[in-house]
Amino acid sequence: MKLHEIAHGRAGDKGTTSNISVIAYRPEDWPRIEAEVTAERIAAIFGPDVQVDRYVLPQLFALNFVLKNALKGGVTRSVALDAHGKGLVYAVLDMRL
Amino acid sequence: MKILRIGTGAGFSGDGIGPAVDLARSGKLDYLVFECLAERTIALAQLDRLGDPAAGYDRRLEQRMRAVLPDCHRAGTRIITNMGAANPLEAARRTAEIAAELGLTLRVAAVLGDDVLDRIGPCVLEETGRPASDLGDRLVSANAYLGAEGIVEALAREADIVICGRVADPSLFVAPMIHAFGWPSIEDHRLIGQATVVGHLMECGAQVTGGYFADPGAKDVPDLATVGFPIAEVSQDGTAVITKLPGTGGLVSRATCIEQLLYELHDPARYFQPDVVADFSGVDFAEIGPNRVAVSGGAGTPATGRLKVSVGARDGWIGQGEISYAGPGAVARARLAGEITTERLAPLANLIEDMRVDIIGLNAISPVDPSAPEPREVRLRVAARCAEIEAARAVSDEVEGLYLNGPAGGGGVATMVREVIGIRSAYLPRAEVETHVHMFGEPA
Repeated sequence: MKLHEIAHGRAGDKGTTSNISVIAYRPEDWPRIEAEVTAERIAAIFGPDVQVDRYVLPQLFALNFVLKNALKGGVTRSVALDAHGKGLVYAVLDMRL
Repeated sequence: MKILRIGTGAGFSGDGIGPAVDLARSGKLDYLVFECLAERTIALAQLDRLGDPAAGYDRRLEQRMRAVLPDCHRAGTRIITNMGAANPLEAARRTAEIAAELGLTLRVAAVLGDDVLDRIGPCVLEETGRPASDLGDRLVSANAYLGAEGIVEALAREADIVICGRVADPSLFVAPMIHAFGWPSIEDHRLIGQATVVGHLMECGAQVTGGYFADPGAKDVPDLATVGFPIAEVSQDGTAVITKLPGTGGLVSRATCIEQLLYELHDPARYFQPDVVADFSGVDFAEIGPNRVAVSGGAGTPATGRLKVSVGARDGWIGQGEISYAGPGAVARARLAGEITTERLAPLANLIEDMRVDIIGLNAISPVDPSAPEPREVRLRVAARCAEIEAARAVSDEVEGLYLNGPAGGGGVATMVREVIGIRSAYLPRAEVETHVHMFGEPA
């Protein structure tokens, strides 16, 4: 099963840091998301240069991941196609559970 | 009990004007807020102002004001905006002229003091660890993120329209709450924290009413084409109902609100603002009716006493080019095109600070999935940030050269060269940043 089937989210940017939310559609899926979508699994997607912190908002059935160094050069200086990293949330939602 | 009605008329500089007109006409609003100033926008506006001292404010200010002023005047709706960008004084003067041309008597305030270019030199930049003065003549702008204070003063002086430059986005919404409810102190951190939650939900316009949310089959949004901009119905205690106008498209739900709450948030318990360190960790939402979501649970702790400053500097040039390949072997041909372009650019290596060679359709946005089937159409993209414009031009020229000198079947070349205005961060003690309000149309 892909995370996309049970959760949604949005990516935001500040400087070289991206944040990506992962939100359960249904409360019954929350324990599984909280247990399986760890900072380590997110770090494995983005590689060794990116430092990942995870924050838990249980009343919202939501996780917030903060990815330092995910936006190389910062939004204003980046040579990336998606300089804001807006699409990175779908790389996370593509995770297999 | 008084309910304060605040609408968002724009969540970025290029936002649609029609939904703002709908809000001005039918929203029965106390306040209409236009948030139009992204990180880099003010530095670009400063460059405009260097070319023309009367420029440097949002280029769509006049269009927006003409579109909403008559309805706002009729409804008694006051306007708050950061469309002043690098020149709030001139933006306010121009707005007062537009009001007069429309036959409306309106008081217009400019909130000044965010421009700290004259004292930024010794401040250390977060990204480089070096003082801003090291940027020399590349330094373009330095703007502190002001809090609610200047806007509150302007409203107390009965401004109908308040025009700011750089102000923390949530403060554009917190200020009218402080004014309207007569909250006694900006030191009531729980209250200002909750108000900041409401401001944060509202500041990106349609991003809380179903914009930037639709994912067909997973997250459907009705009538996205006619998405309405948000309204916050705020109570004396800072709690609010987020909604939109009846008859508009879009969706206000618990899910749209949670996505926007976490947007651009780091530690939810510590959202740094000029007036408060807001705590979003206990926020909760309740769907209380169709497209009506109640928000509560925001809190806060004292502000840090220092203001973040956005420092803009000229930072070289980006040259880029794209070319498409389709059909059998498309990915292999795009890959070869990237390799030979890289080889041809090798002599410029010392002028290239950063470069990416991506295949759009394969790996340009997210990491490669080796299990995915090979796409039938892809687009090579080469982009490099260079110290000199000539090197940036060479990058886009090499991509265009792939027409005659690259692999078979490449088509649809597009190239671009642009100057980079990089934004970095510094901090100033709050005491070193003084806010002033200048009024136009105030009785003598």
